[in-house]
Amino acid sequence: MRILTLAGRRLAASIPTLLLILIGVFVLLQFAPGDTVDALMAQMGGGDAETAKQLRQYYGLDVSAWAQLGNYLWRLVRLDLGFSAIYGKPVATVIGERLPATILLMTASLSLAFFFGLIFGVIAARGVNRWPDTLISTLGLVFYAMPTFWFGLMAIVVFSIYLQWLPAGGFEDITVARTGFARTLDITSHLVLPTLTLALFYMAIYLRIMRGSMLEVLTLDFVRTARAKGMDETRVVVRHVLRNALLPMVTLIGLQAGTMLGGSVVVESVFSLPGLGRLAYESVIQRDLNTLLGIVFVSALLVITVNFIVDLLYARLDPRISTGS
Amino acid sequence: MDMTRRAALLTSAAIASSVAFPMRSLFAQETPRKGGVFTVHYGAEQRQLNPSLQASTGVYIIGGKIQEQLVDLDATGKPVGVLATSWEAAPDGKTITFKLRDGVKWHDGRPFTSADVQFTAMEMWKKILNYGTTLQLFLTAVDTPDPLTAVFRYERPMPLNLLLRALPDLGYISPRHIYEGKGDIRQNPANLAPIGTGPFKFVTYERGQHVIADRNTDYWRPNAPHLDRIVWRVVTDRAAAAAQMEAGQIHYSPFSGLTISDAARLGKDPRFIVSTKGNEGNARTNTIEFNFRRKELADIRVRRAIAHALDIPFFIENFLGDFAKRGTGPVPSVSTDFYPADNGPQYPFDKKRAGALLDEAGFKAGAGGTRFSLRLLPAPWGEDITLFATFIQQSLADVGIKVEVVRTDGGGFLKQVYDDHAFDLATGWHQYRNDPAVSTTVWYRSGQPKGAPWTNQWGWTDETIDKIIDDAATEVDVAKRKALYGEFVRRANTELPIWTPIEQIFLTAISAKARNHSNTPRWGSSSWHDLWLAE
Repeated sequence: MRILTLAGRRLAASIPTLLLILIGVFVLLQFAPGDTVDALMAQMGGGDAETAKQLRQYYGLDVSAWAQLGNYLWRLVRLDLGFSAIYGKPVATVIGERLPATILLMTASLSLAFFFGLIFGVIAARGVNRWPDTLISTLGLVFYAMPTFWFGLMAIVVFSIYLQWLPAGGFEDITVARTGFARTLDITSHLVLPTLTLALFYMAIYLRIMRGSMLEVLTLDFVRTARAKGMDETRVVVRHVLRNALLPMVTLIGLQAGTMLGGSVVVESVFSLPGLGRLAYESVIQRDLNTLLGIVFVSALLVITVNFIVDLLYARLDPRISTGS
Repeated sequence: MDMTRRAALLTSAAIASSVAFPMRSLFAQETPRKGGVFTVHYGAEQRQLNPSLQASTGVYIIGGKIQEQLVDLDATGKPVGVLATSWEAAPDGKTITFKLRDGVKWHDGRPFTSADVQFTAMEMWKKILNYGTTLQLFLTAVDTPDPLTAVFRYERPMPLNLLLRALPDLGYISPRHIYEGKGDIRQNPANLAPIGTGPFKFVTYERGQHVIADRNTDYWRPNAPHLDRIVWRVVTDRAAAAAQMEAGQIHYSPFSGLTISDAARLGKDPRFIVSTKGNEGNARTNTIEFNFRRKELADIRVRRAIAHALDIPFFIENFLGDFAKRGTGPVPSVSTDFYPADNGPQYPFDKKRAGALLDEAGFKAGAGGTRFSLRLLPAPWGEDITLFATFIQQSLADVGIKVEVVRTDGGGFLKQVYDDHAFDLATGWHQYRNDPAVSTTVWYRSGQPKGAPWTNQWGWTDETIDKIIDDAATEVDVAKRKALYGEFVRRANTELPIWTPIEQIFLTAISAKARNHSNTPRWGSSSWHDLWLAE
């Protein structure tokens, strides 16, 4: 019950934040020269001024910026995300089409990064300042410093062009129609490289955090007590240290769910994945305000959801949090 | 890039003759293979796919396989009937009669008739289609005496020669029964799921992913098309597109869709053919536009000095490779019908002359050697433009003009140049569309409404050129029209409201397995009814 109250309070607190973000994005985009119709004209390769005027009227761009914002927020209250000028469909539909790829990519990368970050972090901490630690820490630094797009392109060169093991891009093979398990397998093979590309950077962060927090917990009194009781080392690490060392990792996941959306722009472009990140980028270029605000709205909901799950995990890992003491 | 421009052009001539004599074709020993999926790089998604509503290569690359025009260009660049079989103009140039092809069906089974032509011309070309609204400005009616005859009536003479050269791009037909009485034409769902008479039938469009079209089994050309399916893969990242070509996921990247370095690399790989062949109808010039509202630029000596200050051959050789050459004027050299024998004054690289002209105009070098500063807006349509902007900046610094390069994206560029006029110099592309009247002369004709992109927004007015442009647009005599455009080019090069220093043709990268490709001057936009893939 406490958890639900906590969640409700958090949700209520995030509404003003959401509103501020939406207004901020709206105002920022007003500073960019040109509007949707200019972008449309650029795409068309020409058109006369009369057409431009008609289009502006059609998309409701002939009223003042504040009136546009008011209209938008009023529609949002009624849960209407509006109509995308560039895609010619309701924004909700456009986002709905792109959401699966992004969620698949994010979940896969985040779990991969979390899992291996945890394992490597523990190994590094256990063998601190010896060769496993040096090796893992160096590799972590390399993955952290390497630009994501470069790693992606290199992965394509090696695994798609030379070895021809995995496809170089796209979400699934459309030249052949597949269903059921075959399709799942096909989508998986398309997602291996992008997932790896996106995951390595985050894995580098996780393993450093995990290593640091393990080392810290290992010096605490209760670990010494556990050892003094004669508990074997594996049990000490798994039961006592890991559980406590996980807290900062979980915190990080909540924070990174948001940044990952940003990072996925690059990965989605390099691997031509139809995800939200690329959609957001294209909406900015096309000045498709409705779509962009829609994406901001949905991403904010996504981040709020992830943080809520993180709160639940906290309570599980550290009972003191849920009892509110 | 082993193939030089000359070789590319010679090969295209060879292919051209092989189309005229199909029995002696280059591939006569090979029988076309039925079947296969052809995958195409689609770099920039469009708002819609109906070429009757939007004239752009981004639409033709898909819509041009599904819908058809009255007229296309053949291998030699001459108009050839597609949905029209013949045409005839009245001597006064005010009536043009098209005879239409019999037995053609829309993809939904309804017959194609002159009513479709009438509806498309009056409701789409004249009212919505970019460039179409200008071209068909004086179109008053399309009469349909019978289902296979369409009579175009014009208020002022329409040169048949101009119409036939414009129709390959601006003459796509849409089905009347799908659009009439169904509300706003622009919002019709068929714009994203086009219905046409072409060799391929639309199947699906997944935004951000792909478009698919399958063979039209009921197509009017016998034994066509050869392919089972065309898939357009949306790949916005150029490096990713090159990688997908190498991995075999893409067969064809049209309209300079790859980076210059990737195109050069693929050109050396025997699995690909990289050339300008098949794009002769899509010639473009790199331009420098001068804003006449700046007093310095309104002085012709300054504009000429800027032209003299740039070492164009050096830039082409070092940055653009073999596929570009020095431009001579607003009409590119591939335009056999309009390229004049004398282009008027040219501006070879001469830094001293540039300096002398600037001194003469009264802009002496001040402290630090700077005469004055300019804001340069490069259009974001390609890496050559970005490179050229930097080159202009550095070259002009040498003659004492300080240039600030202001980079924007597409919407921002159009807004600042064509609406706010917030530029001193702008550099971009001008795409030539087979006849100067289609989209070239509007760059020079004064009195263009503010906010109309790719028109004269430089603040330049010249009565002489306005008169030449107006006369040529309604001149029915072919020889006289050509002479008028020669005059137009010479005047443009003398007054220099826009300078066109570089001429380019779009670059194509295609799999060596493709057959019958690049065999017309606008092949990327054409219907691909004869394209096939070898095993």
